[in-house]
Amino acid sequence: MAKKQLRRMDLIFANDDDYVEILQRTFKSSNEDIIDEMISSGLKGRGGAGFPTGLKWKLTAESTSKKKYVICNADEGEPGTFKDREILTQVPYKVLTGMAVCAKVTGATEGFIYLRGEYKFLVPLLEKELKRFRIICKDLGLDFKVNIFLGSGAYICGEESALMESMEGKRGEPRNKPPFPTDSGYMGKPTVINNVETLAHTFTIFKYGAEKFRDLGVQDSRGSKLFSVSGDTPNPGIYELELGMTVQDFVDDFSDGDCKAVQVGGASGFLVPRKRFNETAIGYQGKLTGISLPTGGSMMLFNSSRSMYNVLNNYLEFFQEESCGQCTPCRVGCQQLVRGIDAVKRGQKPAAYLDKLLKLTDTMKVTAKCGLGQSVANSFQSIVENFREEMIY
Amino acid sequence: MTKMINLTINGIAISVEQETTVLEASKKLNIKIPTLCYHKDLCVAGNCRVCVVEQIGTKKLVPSCASPVQEGMEILTNSLVVRNSRKHIIELLLSEHNADCTKCYKNGNCELQELSSEYKITNSDFIDLVPFKQYKYDDLSPSIIKDDSKCIRCQRCVRTCSEIQHLSALSVAYKGDHMKISTFAEKPLRDVVCSNCGQCVIHCPTGALVEKNYIEEVWDALGDPNKHVIVQTAPAVRVGLGEEFGTNGKGRVTGKMVTALKRLGFDAVMDTDFTADLTIMEEGTELLTRLKKAIVDKDPTVKLPLFTSCSPGWIKFIEHSHPASLGNLSSCKSPQQMFGTLAKTYYAQNRKIDAAKIVSVSIMPCTAKKFEADRPEMRNSGYKDVDYVLTTRELAIMIKQAGIRFPDLEEEKFDKLMGESTGAAVIFGATGGVMEAALRTAYEIVTGRDVPFTNLDIKPVRGFDGIKEASILIQDPLPEWGFLNGVELKCAIAHGLGNAHQLMTQIISGKSTYHFVEFMACPGGCLGGGGQPIPTSPEIRKKRMDAIYAEDASLPIRKSHENPEIIQIYNDYLGKPLGELSHKLLHTHYYPREMI
Ligand SMILES: Cc1cc2nc3c(=O)[nH]c(=O)nc-3n(C[C@H](O)[C@H](O)[C@H](O)COP(=O)(O)O)c2cc1C
Ligand code: SF4
Ligand code: SF4
Ligand code: SF4
Ligand code: SF4
Ligand code: FES
Repeated sequence: MAKKQLRRMDLIFANDDDYVEILQRTFKSSNEDIIDEMISSGLKGRGGAGFPTGLKWKLTAESTSKKKYVICNADEGEPGTFKDREILTQVPYKVLTGMAVCAKVTGATEGFIYLRGEYKFLVPLLEKELKRFRIICKDLGLDFKVNIFLGSGAYICGEESALMESMEGKRGEPRNKPPFPTDSGYMGKPTVINNVETLAHTFTIFKYGAEKFRDLGVQDSRGSKLFSVSGDTPNPGIYELELGMTVQDFVDDFSDGDCKAVQVGGASGFLVPRKRFNETAIGYQGKLTGISLPTGGSMMLFNSSRSMYNVLNNYLEFFQEESCGQCTPCRVGCQQLVRGIDAVKRGQKPAAYLDKLLKLTDTMKVTAKCGLGQSVANSFQSIVENFREEMIY
Repeated sequence: MTKMINLTINGIAISVEQETTVLEASKKLNIKIPTLCYHKDLCVAGNCRVCVVEQIGTKKLVPSCASPVQEGMEILTNSLVVRNSRKHIIELLLSEHNADCTKCYKNGNCELQELSSEYKITNSDFIDLVPFKQYKYDDLSPSIIKDDSKCIRCQRCVRTCSEIQHLSALSVAYKGDHMKISTFAEKPLRDVVCSNCGQCVIHCPTGALVEKNYIEEVWDALGDPNKHVIVQTAPAVRVGLGEEFGTNGKGRVTGKMVTALKRLGFDAVMDTDFTADLTIMEEGTELLTRLKKAIVDKDPTVKLPLFTSCSPGWIKFIEHSHPASLGNLSSCKSPQQMFGTLAKTYYAQNRKIDAAKIVSVSIMPCTAKKFEADRPEMRNSGYKDVDYVLTTRELAIMIKQAGIRFPDLEEEKFDKLMGESTGAAVIFGATGGVMEAALRTAYEIVTGRDVPFTNLDIKPVRGFDGIKEASILIQDPLPEWGFLNGVELKCAIAHGLGNAHQLMTQIISGKSTYHFVEFMACPGGCLGGGGQPIPTSPEIRKKRMDAIYAEDASLPIRKSHENPEIIQIYNDYLGKPLGELSHKLLHTHYYPREMI
C-alpha cells in the first residue's frame, strides 16, 4: 500500500465568512453541473454507510414527485461522539448551505434538521440561522423552509428509515428496503438524508471545487473526515484527518505508547489489533488494498491494561438495549451474545461455544433488518477472533 | 398491461407481474417459504426474518415477504446459508419462548410449533432466556388471554388492531430485549379500549393471544344430572366449523353440527337464527317507529340513523369512541342475549323446567360475545341469561375430545320452539345480512309487497366492500304507512371497526344522511369473527360468505316475519314487537366508557 503521511486538516471548522457569496455562485451553476461536481468529488456519506452523496442527490433529483424533502441527520447517537454537535455549533451555515444547494438541485421544498434530543440547547442558535437562511434562499429565488425536529433519544432513530418513522409520529423502527428514501422517504416522498458532516463537506466542494476535494484521501476514500478520538490517548478530542491513512499512522500520533488495539467506528465498527495496524487503512471499502474500515468517526484506543472481554461486553450490552427489538436476529441474537460470552467466561459453556456464537453473528449480519443488527458481527468477530484467550480466561 | 418481470427461483424461470413479492412468486412455483410475521390481511412488516432467501450477487439475504421481484433476479430458497440462517432464527425465537407445547392451548395449531417441527430443532444449545424474563400473563378479560411468554413479537396483533380495527389497543412498548406487545400503560386488556373482537387472536401465529375457553365448565354442566343444558348456535358457526374437520369444500355443515351437539349431550339444540329473526321484528319495528316520530310527529329528539346493535365488539367500540352517539343504537339486545333471556323464561315455562336448572350455552364465531354475556345488564331472566359462550374453535375441540367423527355424521334438525330458521336469519352471519333481512321484512310490512329485488336477493348490500350503501324508494305503502310514501330509505353498512370508524366520522360530520346503518366489528361480519377457525384470509372469508348465501337460498322460508316460531312466540308470549314484555326481556341500555 502506498504509504501516505497522515495529515491533519482544517477545512470543516475554518471560518468561511464568504458563505453567502459561495451560495450565490453555486446557485448560478446548472443543477446538472452541481451534481456532476458532487459526483466527481468522490464525497461519500459521513454518517457511517458511506453512500456516494452526489449519486444520492441525483437519484432524488430524477424523481418526478412534486413533493420532496431534505433531512439533515443530527441524531449523533454513537457513544462518545460529538463531532456533529461541534459542526452545528461552530459552522451551522455550512450545513445549511449544503441543504439549500441540495434543495435546489433535487427540487425539495422543505427540509428538516433531526436534532438529537440532548442537543436541544442548540435550538435557539439554529433557529436564528434558519431564519437568516430562509431570507437568503428567497433572494436566490428558492422557496425552502427548514424546520427542526427534536429526536426522542433512542439510538436507533439515527438510522434513516427509523428516523423518518419517528418524524411521522410512529415508533422508531427501521423500514424494509427497498424502497430507499430517495424513492420513498419521509411521508412516502423522495427524500435526501445526509449526515451533518457530509453536508458540511459539500461546502468545501462548492468553495474549492471537486478537484481540490479529490486531492485529499486515496482511491475510493476522498476528502477529509472528523474523528472523535478517545480511550487511552493523551490527546482525546475531535480531529479532522485525511482519509486513507493506516491505523499505524493514527496510533503513532495518538497512542499513549502502549496501544494494543483500536476500535474504529464505535460499537458497530471493528477492532484492529496491533498486528494489523500496518495493513489496515481507514476509509471506505472499495479499491483500497488491505483491509479498509468505514467509520462514523469514532476512534477508541486501548492499551494493555484493558480487558477486551469488558470492551466487547459493553458493546453487546449497548446493542442489546438499543436494538429497536423488532427483528428476531438482532433482538434475540444480542441477548444470546451477551449471555453467551458470560457463560463461556464463567465456564458454564465450553470455549467452543464461542464458535457457535461466531456463526450466530454471521447469521445476524445477513438477516437483520437494519444496519444495527447487521453490524454487531463487526465488533464481535474482530474482538473474539483476535482476543479469544481474553474471552475464555 | 402490467409489466412482467423475469426471474429464476431455485433455477426455475418464472415471469410475474411487477410488484409481486419473491414470496408470492415462489408460491406460484409451489415453493413454500416459511413465514411468521407475514399475514395476507395485513401490511408487510418483515420483522421475523424466517422468510429470508438468498439473492445471488447480494451479500445479505433478503426477506421474501418484503422484497418485490426484480428483473434478472436469481433466488435460492433452500441454499445452505438460507437453511442455516433460518434454523438460527427459529432457535432464537424458541430461546425466548416458553415452549411447553404439551400444556399450551395452541398445541396442534401453532405456526411456531409447525415450523420448529419442520426444521427439527431438537438440539439447540442456545441459552434459555425465559428465566431471565418477567413475562406477564393477563387472563382478566372475559374474552381473551394474553400470555407474553408465548409471544414472538411478530406484531401481527398490533397491525390487526390498528389496520383492521383502528383501535391500537395493542402496541409495541420498550426497545431492545425489553421490547414487548403491550396495552396502554400495561393495563389488563379488560381495562382498555379493546373491543374483545378477537381479531388479534385469529391473526396471532402462537399461543400468546387465545380465547378464554370455557370448555371444562361446559363439560361439567353436561355431566351434571341436575342441570338442563341447552345450546344455541350462531349463523356463522355452521359455515366455519367444517374447516376444523377438513370439510372445507363443503362449506355448510348445519345438520352435522346439530347431530354433534346432540351427541355431546345437550338437552336441547336450538338456533340463534330464531332470535336473529326476532331481532328483525323488534329492530325493524323500532326503525319504523323512529321514522314515524321523525316524519309525522317531527319529534326533534328522535335519533336517526338507527344503528344495529347485534355486534358486541361494535357496541364496546362505540361506547368508548363515540359515546355521544349511543342514542342512535337500537335498544335491541343481540340475538345471543335475546335467546339467553328467552331460554330461562319462555322456554323454561313452555317446557316446565325450573329456570335455575337451565344452563344456557351459546356457540359463537366471536370472542366479544363472551364479554357481552358477562355484562351486568344481561340478567333480565333473573339469572345470567347466557352462562357460557364457546367459540367455533372451542366447539370443535369438544367434538374432537368426545371422539366424534364429524365428517361422517348424519344430519339432524334443530329442536323446536326456538330452533326454526329462515334465510333472513342465516345471512346475519355476513356483512350486510342484518340490513338485507331487515329490509325484506320492513319493506313488506310497509308496502305489503316483496322487496323489489330478484329472488329477494338485495345484492347492493352484499360483498366485502368496507363501506356499502343502498337505498330503496318506498312507493304505494299500505294506508297505515302512508307517511312513508315517496321516502327513499337510505342505508349503509360497515364491517371491521376501521371502516366503522370511517363511516361514523362521515355520519357525525353530517356528510352522510342515512336512516339505518349496520355495523359489524369483524371483517366480513361474523363469518370473519374472532372466534372462527384459524387461519383466516380473504379467500377463506369469501368461501364462508358463499356458503351463507347458499344456505339462505336453500331455505324454504327466507323472511323473518314468516318464521312460524316467531309468529308463535308473539301469539303465545310476547304480544307484539316493542310490547311491554319485549321491552323487559329483549331490550337493553348502553354506557359511555373511557378512552384508554
Ligand atoms: C443504528 C444506526 C444508527 C445511525 N445513527 C446515525 C446518526 O446518528 N447520524 C447519522 O448521520 N447517521 C446515522 N446512521 C446512518 C443513517 O442511517 C444514514 O445512513 C445516514 O444518515 C445517511 O447520511 P450520509 O449518506 O450523509 O452518511 C445510523 C445508522 C444506523 C444503522
Ligand atoms: S436490526 Fe435491530 S435495530 Fe435494526 S430493525 Fe432489527 S431489531 Fe431493529
Ligand atoms: S405457542 Fe406454539 S410453540 Fe409455543 S408452546 Fe404453544 S404450541 Fe408450543
Ligand atoms: S380483541 Fe380486537 S380490539 Fe381487542 S386487542 Fe384484539 S384486535 Fe384489538
Ligand atoms: S401476541 Fe401473537 S400476534 Fe402479537 S406479536 Fe405476539 S405472537 Fe405476534
Ligand atoms: S415473514 Fe418475512 S420477515 Fe417475517
